[in-house]
Amino acid sequence: MSTVQPLEPGSRYDIRVGISPDAPDEDNFKDEAGSFGYCHSYETSSRYDGPGLRIVIFTSGCLLRCTYCHNPDTWHLKDGTYVSVDHVLRRLGAFAPTIRTLGGGLTISGGEPMVQLAFTRRIFAGAKDMGLHTAIETSGFLGDRADDSYLSVIDHVLLDIKSSDPATYRRVTGRDLAPTLRFAERLASISKPVWVRFTLVPGATDDPANVDGIARFVAPMKNVEWVEVQPFHQMGEFKWKAMGLDYKHFDTQPASRELVNRVIEQFRAAGCQAR
Amino acid sequence: MLHTLSNLGPAPEPNITVLWSNHMPNTFKRYCVKVSRDTSSLQYENDDLMRPFWGDDYGIACCVSAMRLGKQMQFFGARVNLAKALLYAINGGRDEVTGDQVAPPTLPASGDFLDYDDVMDKFDATMEWLAKTYVHAMNCIHYMHDKYFYERLEMALHDRDILRTMAFGIAGLSVVADSLSAIKYGKMRVTRDPTGLIVDFQNEGNKSTPQFGNNDDRVDQIASSIVTSFMEKIRKHPTYRNATHTQSVLTITSNVVYGKATGNTPDGRRKGEPFGPGANPMHGRDSHGWLASCLSVAKLPYKDAQDGISYTVSIAPQKAHLSEAQIVDEAVKAFDAYFERGGFHMNLNVIEKETLEDAMKNPDKYPQLTIRVSGYAVNFVRLTPEQQRDVISRTFHGQI
Repeated sequence: MSTVQPLEPGSRYDIRVGISPDAPDEDNFKDEAGSFGYCHSYETSSRYDGPGLRIVIFTSGCLLRCTYCHNPDTWHLKDGTYVSVDHVLRRLGAFAPTIRTLGGGLTISGGEPMVQLAFTRRIFAGAKDMGLHTAIETSGFLGDRADDSYLSVIDHVLLDIKSSDPATYRRVTGRDLAPTLRFAERLASISKPVWVRFTLVPGATDDPANVDGIARFVAPMKNVEWVEVQPFHQMGEFKWKAMGLDYKHFDTQPASRELVNRVIEQFRAAGCQAR
Repeated sequence: MLHTLSNLGPAPEPNITVLWSNHMPNTFKRYCVKVSRDTSSLQYENDDLMRPFWGDDYGIACCVSAMRLGKQMQFFGARVNLAKALLYAINGGRDEVTGDQVAPPTLPASGDFLDYDDVMDKFDATMEWLAKTYVHAMNCIHYMHDKYFYERLEMALHDRDILRTMAFGIAGLSVVADSLSAIKYGKMRVTRDPTGLIVDFQNEGNKSTPQFGNNDDRVDQIASSIVTSFMEKIRKHPTYRNATHTQSVLTITSNVVYGKATGNTPDGRRKGEPFGPGANPMHGRDSHGWLASCLSVAKLPYKDAQDGISYTVSIAPQKAHLSEAQIVDEAVKAFDAYFERGGFHMNLNVIEKETLEDAMKNPDKYPQLTIRVSGYAVNFVRLTPEQQRDVISRTFHGQI
């Protein structure tokens, strides 16, 4: 068993791989109680990852392999630090009063938080006990695993829909699209507040038909408060290089202002509130 | 008065301080934030914290020191380099750069590894010597100053019976706190030169020791206790004209000079590298965002640093998806939160486009400039020129 470590300094723009080489294998990782889990890093002052000022915990482990991922150092469970849920909640507690004053909350991002379902459930539940607003940033790929009690401790979902076309989705993420759409429909059926996030990658996801597909899918959903267009950037390039991974976007230009505007307009034309 | 910054343009002087009270009208708070954003020329101090000490009628003198107007004067006392004092403690009073015996000879740290309790005992003794030397030096200086250059004119404008303070100060607080934390929570091997002087440190234990600026009590308490402990030691020694002892955690630019003169420290800072300014965490070690950083600094005890605790924050405008009014509202709430938690002072710099352009040309000047793009934090000088141009255009032009 690996030793439990405190969350260490380091934020998501630092590469920290192989922090817990002696951790149990993912297959053997059956701590259903969720008393322990893997966190990559955390941040206390984000204004993008949900309403208000957010504490963001980045858990490690993700099943998608997006070709443009800016955090490839969170893909594997063991890229994170093995920590106890008590430790995470103690750290969170140190910020809770201020976050309540400022009107923010806790967001768990990743990685994919639902990879560690029991662990993240306990963090969310702990945060709710502190009176914090909670949000999850997820691809929705593991949405089927999240039962109603899991969703009951989450106030807000940031749902990444990377494409509306199964073939494109598979090309950019390596996985199936269907679970994500299923999860989106389920969130709509229980009226869970959602911000849909769409990463605009020139040459990969910017096809007008692709954008329209998402727009038509999302537009009827009353629970979707915003569609957020996130323009691709090259800030994650150094991680791919440093990790010796095969990066397909060395030559991809950051999404231009005009392209972003075109896509936002496309969403608006379909009836989405987009930004 | 604040409006002069708009009428006349920003200038280094006068140094305008907003005495922030959470009870101020919201409209005024919002106006202050706007002026800050446009000029980066305001500093803020916590009125709610200072009023119990100084009453209602005080102003800010020197840099951040509260003074009852016309009823108080200050014997200026600069500051001491506590990081160097820690190295003296470890080296039995010898200077880690020159090897000279500066402080009285004591037993240097022995063995290959540093022991926290042993280092603390030695450091305590060194601070005791330093405080005594420091107070005596200040007494000499101000006695001679009054003898040859008494400020008759200025003092004519004061009451007859005034309160005199003697303002002592410390530099390198975050270096000392991080160093002690590294010794306590890591396993610190020492390297000696041929004369037995400890000149370098290697942490062979847990590398991720707590660092000041992350709202982590394990190290924040070390920082606070050092402030209190050094103040207590200073107070033991009588001052010229029975001035009241005060202390600041403040540097303007001298943190660079002190750093230049100080050898390797156990926190991993290399010889010659600057200290963090004032009470700021060391550059780049407050790695979880400004909120965590603020909360650490807010813990430092004002009662033992009544001459001021200086904290400088540089932020790049984050547009997020917020309107102008929302951004100002959020900033007001952030100030309220920081001061409510006992924060004393804040220098707010809003990073300008020109700064980023300068950083592109002179990356060495900005090793730790962090910029946020769509919620993604990046070290600006690590980016390629294309990426830097992309950041500048996103930060200053778009609503992206």
